[in-house]
Amino acid sequence: MPGLPLFWRGNEGEAIMPNATYIALIPLLPLAGFLMLGIFGRKYFKNTSGVIGTTLLLISTVLALYTAYGYFFEYGKIDGVYQKLIPLKYTWLQFSEGVSIDMGIIIDPISVMMLVVVTFISLMVHIYSLGYMKGDERFPTYYAFLGLFTFSMLGLVISSNIFQIYIFWELVGVSSFLLIGYYYDKPSAVAACKKAFIVTRFADVGFLIGILVLSFYAGTLDFNTLIERLTSAESTEFKTAVAASFMGMSALTWGLVLVFIGGAGKSAMFPLHIWLPDAMEGPTPVSALIHAATMVVAGVFLVARLFPVFAISSPDALSLVGYVGAFSALIAAVIACTQTDIKRVLAYSTMSQIGYMMFALGVSKYGGEDGLGYTASMFHLFTHAMFKALLFLGAGAVIHYIHSNEMKDMGGLRKYLPITHITFLIACLAIAGVPPFAGFFSKEEILLAAYQSNQSIYWVALITSGLTAFYMFRLYFSIFWNREAHVHGEHKGEGGFAMMMPLVLLAIGAAAAGFIPFGHFVSTDGARLETEFHLMFSIAPVALGLAGIFIAMWLYKKASDKPDKIASSLNGLYKAAYHKFYMDEIYMFITQKIIFNLIGRPAAWFDKNVVDGLVNATGNGTKDISETIKGLQSGKVQQYAIYFLVGVIGLALLFIYWWN
Amino acid sequence: MMEPGLYHMLFISATLFFIGVYGFFTRRNLVTMLMSVELVLNSVNLNFIAFNKYLWYDKMDGLFFTIFVIAIAAAEAAVAIAIIINLYRSHNSIDVENAEELKY
Repeated sequence: MPGLPLFWRGNEGEAIMPNATYIALIPLLPLAGFLMLGIFGRKYFKNTSGVIGTTLLLISTVLALYTAYGYFFEYGKIDGVYQKLIPLKYTWLQFSEGVSIDMGIIIDPISVMMLVVVTFISLMVHIYSLGYMKGDERFPTYYAFLGLFTFSMLGLVISSNIFQIYIFWELVGVSSFLLIGYYYDKPSAVAACKKAFIVTRFADVGFLIGILVLSFYAGTLDFNTLIERLTSAESTEFKTAVAASFMGMSALTWGLVLVFIGGAGKSAMFPLHIWLPDAMEGPTPVSALIHAATMVVAGVFLVARLFPVFAISSPDALSLVGYVGAFSALIAAVIACTQTDIKRVLAYSTMSQIGYMMFALGVSKYGGEDGLGYTASMFHLFTHAMFKALLFLGAGAVIHYIHSNEMKDMGGLRKYLPITHITFLIACLAIAGVPPFAGFFSKEEILLAAYQSNQSIYWVALITSGLTAFYMFRLYFSIFWNREAHVHGEHKGEGGFAMMMPLVLLAIGAAAAGFIPFGHFVSTDGARLETEFHLMFSIAPVALGLAGIFIAMWLYKKASDKPDKIASSLNGLYKAAYHKFYMDEIYMFITQKIIFNLIGRPAAWFDKNVVDGLVNATGNGTKDISETIKGLQSGKVQQYAIYFLVGVIGLALLFIYWWN
Repeated sequence: MMEPGLYHMLFISATLFFIGVYGFFTRRNLVTMLMSVELVLNSVNLNFIAFNKYLWYDKMDGLFFTIFVIAIAAAEAAVAIAIIINLYRSHNSIDVENAEELKY
């Protein structure tokens, strides 16, 4: 950026401000792509839209890396503590003194990290889609939607205002909706996108109320001020928020719980997870981007953004986060062991890993060594984005090759898809927590944090990590080993350079990202956190992981009837897990039987009879009156003259009467 | 012989007015109705003149008004006759009862 300085150095003693121009460009470039391709794409960029979108995102990625470099190594630190900088703040809607909706940029360790993750994964997906979506009828529309999503997600992570984050939150929701329903001629895709939208919207109502509660008590919508006011025990805002109570919980706890409900909806936490597996109806690269690496971790990000308030002011809300996360992690891992659609396995795996991030936040405390869980959660978010995006893109390559999502159609593909095979294996090792791959380091930190603060969550997490290794390698062996491949028809190879390059780059990330000393960059209070590595502690999870892998190998490496036998011996449990613990059925029951019958029908009756009745009565009344008096307009001029005369005489009499 | 005063004038004016109104309501021929309207207008003119002469004889306002009314009456007659001619062309009649299409 010639001519544009990286940051502005203020006067002596003032904070150093990064240059907002190029940070603002990071989300604005994908937006420009969205507008250009969305409006003119189908006419002018029929074939070039992919290249345009990718190029814009490449610039964004470079800028994001540049920002990260500048923040982490040049100007972010003051006395060894990373600062929360606000390089741009524009007051948009001023409600009253101190309460306004701003459009701003916040630059702190997690937002900078998310900028890098989102732009990088999005870039990989853009490149991959060049191959995967080639020849698609609505190619420009697809890239326009990807641009919209990337813009919204980047806007979300740099939001400096809680209402700004809500706006972008809904924008990622709508772009997710558009992309899940991309194949709109498939009824299942239409149903899935509606489901995703409705479930997350339902959760967002909680988020909105939470925002209102928090901002009402804090008297501001600005993140930094809000956190500052609600964490210091002396401030009046904090005292009133804690003193006000409703149903046994303080207003502050309620606000945080409601905000967490919003986050849980977006991050597919139990019991709001039902939309995520269905969301796999979208194109596979979209699943990699939105439903694995970026959007679904928005809930984690939100809790992390408000983490000081959670940790200092409301441990109850934070422990709820922890338990919901742990439960979701376990239940999703169990379900993942039984699914046969490879994308659904990955979806449940995503849910399980996000559960990890959630409970890592839940077991963390604020400040210093106790903040290990927070660092671990962000670390896992980072590594998970790498290997889960890789898994989805690999699955996409398999689906592209075999034209099916079902495991039973696969097997023995390692000879046909060598690069996909190797990269997929790396991702599986990473997610299973095998050293020295990325997932091992982040998962170790999470387990350690859980072990130090909450034993019950630790055991759940340990079991889950064994299950994770098992279902991932079940997937791996079923796709690439098991029986002999029976691929007929033309072999079009692995899908070209555009599809293989992201796989390789992400595989490098999944293999090496664990060596980043994450605690040096991201911690609760911005200070450097040294993460120690305990060899003894790692034995249990790694051994469990390896055991899971070997069981999977024993069961699935060769085609056999062993899996079926085990399934039938675990009859009830297997069936329940296969049917996702009947969550969909429970939701159907609640919505169809209870809500529709008890609320929907009376409301419909009220609408039909009372509301419509009033409207119809107005209309009919007007009509009847018109019918009766229309004879006045007879067309006879002389009759009109008589009315006129009578009127004039009447007025004359009135005037005479008044004058006297 | 008695000098005619204001009340005489007003009496004549009122008589003319009601003759005009009566004609307007009872006649079916449009030309006759137009003539009745002219009667009404002229009764008003008489009123103006009478008031001007007997009450404010040092002013000219009533006369001016009368001249205006005569001018406008001439214009109105021209428009009305044009309408009547057009009506005759389309209906072959100038009877007001044959022109009742403009209704509800």
